[in-house]
Amino acid sequence: MEASEAVDRPPAGDGPQDDILVADSVSKIFGGLVAVDDVSFVVPRHSIVSIIGPNGAGKTTFFNMLTGLYRPNTGAIAFNGQDITRVRPDKIMAQGLARTFQNIRLFGTMSAVENVQVALHSRTKAGVFRSMVRTPGVIREERESREKAHAVLKYVGLRESVFEDMSRNLSYGDQRRLEVARALVSDPSLLLLDEPTAGMNPQESAQLTDFMQQVREERSLTILLIEHDMKVVMGVSERITVLDHGEKIAEGSPQEVRENERVVEAYLGKQS
Amino acid sequence: MTVEAPPRGPTPQSGVGGVVESWRRLRRMRYFGLIAGALTIGLAALIPVTAFGSTSKELDVAIYAVTYVMFALGLNIVVGFAGLLDLGYVAFYATGAYTVGWFASDHFSAVNGGQAVNFGAETFLTQGIHLNFLLIVLIAMVISAIAGAIIGFPTLRLRGDYIAIVTLAFGEIATVLARNGADIKIGEYALTGGPTAIAPIDQLKLPFLTAFDSATDIRPYYLVGLGMAVIMLLVSFALRESRLGRAWIAIREDEVAAASMGVPTVRTKLLSYATGAAMGGAAGAFLGFYVPAIGANQFQFFFSILILSMVILGGLGSIWGVVAGAISLAVIDRYLLRETLKPVPEKLGLDFSTTEIQFGVYGFLLVIMMVLRPEGLFPERRRKVEMTQGEGTDETVFEASA
Repeated sequence: MEASEAVDRPPAGDGPQDDILVADSVSKIFGGLVAVDDVSFVVPRHSIVSIIGPNGAGKTTFFNMLTGLYRPNTGAIAFNGQDITRVRPDKIMAQGLARTFQNIRLFGTMSAVENVQVALHSRTKAGVFRSMVRTPGVIREERESREKAHAVLKYVGLRESVFEDMSRNLSYGDQRRLEVARALVSDPSLLLLDEPTAGMNPQESAQLTDFMQQVREERSLTILLIEHDMKVVMGVSERITVLDHGEKIAEGSPQEVRENERVVEAYLGKQS
Repeated sequence: MTVEAPPRGPTPQSGVGGVVESWRRLRRMRYFGLIAGALTIGLAALIPVTAFGSTSKELDVAIYAVTYVMFALGLNIVVGFAGLLDLGYVAFYATGAYTVGWFASDHFSAVNGGQAVNFGAETFLTQGIHLNFLLIVLIAMVISAIAGAIIGFPTLRLRGDYIAIVTLAFGEIATVLARNGADIKIGEYALTGGPTAIAPIDQLKLPFLTAFDSATDIRPYYLVGLGMAVIMLLVSFALRESRLGRAWIAIREDEVAAASMGVPTVRTKLLSYATGAAMGGAAGAFLGFYVPAIGANQFQFFFSILILSMVILGGLGSIWGVVAGAISLAVIDRYLLRETLKPVPEKLGLDFSTTEIQFGVYGFLLVIMMVLRPEGLFPERRRKVEMTQGEGTDETVFEASA
């Protein structure tokens, strides 16, 4: 697989136009707990970047701020050059930032296709009155949205026989695939994956790693992921950011991070 | 397959092929089943017109049944689809009915210098504003939709039971407003008549037809109510299979995920409140014409519970279930309790009226339902799973506001 040029350049040399996502000293405080503490962070366009860190390090909180579910107490976040710090989640998604969830959050009683169609909400426009009378335009839009959903479900490798099944009845692997399909269908420019390999065996994880590379190339995506599986992280990421107790303790290439003392400390504890 | 097919093939083969093809096309249509079902039910729905007398008690019950179907379908949009428990639905009966009170009686007696303003209505009254039925329904829907959005607004950041409490409060505000409306003056006119009903109300009149006469024949009222109920049924089906319907169900299932998938939750929830309210307002306007006197005593908390019971009894979210629930409770409420079972207490040597124990009867019915069939009479496929397998995420809504 060819690595893109943007990735090989050192981070410091990147102009702002090359960073699809810029978080500038972002903090989040819950009551007295500082969940994310003054984290600055950039994601270069077309790269695959990982956030790692022990449990409770604030990774998911950070994700939730990027996607608008939480408001940062301080700091600013820019996506594609636009400030999204206090923007609603649905608007951020409409701008092209899609995500999956750590604990799968499908709409359990909707079919796989319907789940994907919900994610097309911002890409379709049938309003309440036109939906009531089902104008030809609405019918066409429905058909197109269904076709799009089918295409993306095939793309992530879901069998056609389960397209109409209730999503909660799908196998675990299929549910994970469906979540990715739901995130991909809106043609995002940045895809956030929250622990995508959770609960997968090594073989499935390896497949997912390949899939991430493939998706990035074919759909010219940037991928940001939270991941615990070090094999996946080291294999797929071009840059890694390490969080611990809400602070950024290290950043760099997989090699740099692997050799960083503080990272080793955070994961294995201080040598006494 | 791209075969050039002449509009009417001369050979029998292409004719058959055309029929088969159009049949297939029909089957492929998502609501083919709906059309077939609606035809069957539609035929059954015409029975009251032929079987019952033109002013019979049975026909009266049937009229209430179709009205309750309208109310229940409207509430089903809010409670069933979007999952927002609404205990103040009576407010929209009130807005709908009072629209009739304002625009189909002599309520605004001094407008136009004391001369009646007549716009497509038929009336013997010499004062007031008198609008055509369809126009009034339209106005009622608009007023109710606005009221619905206003009521919904404070609940947007709440969940589950808390929404119920806020809507309950708003329902009570509506009933109190109706009761004290005689003292609330807008200009020189009272908002409502208070406990004194606004009456008389014009007879229902459709364009190109003469006004109905409920004293001699209430069958036309039934047909109009039936027509409105059918329209709302079709609208419910269309909405459920639409972009908006999916967004509602997505919010019901997981609001955070829905927002993250691009559903604007505030707007979508307000739309469900407004849509449900508009349907309630239309039903209220129809009932206002039928009753035909609009007094504050009609708008009680009990009404909200009655409609909600229909939705729950039939099966939350299930359109046919809600219809069945509405019809069965209409029959119990308007017929069994008021007619059939009326002499029973006396025969048992007891001294009470069966209408006094309505609450007890519905409560008992709901308890029985919850024990035997919690998902309702005709559950929606999705709801059944939710009810029997349990689900629900009750975490805080995302913090970013509108």
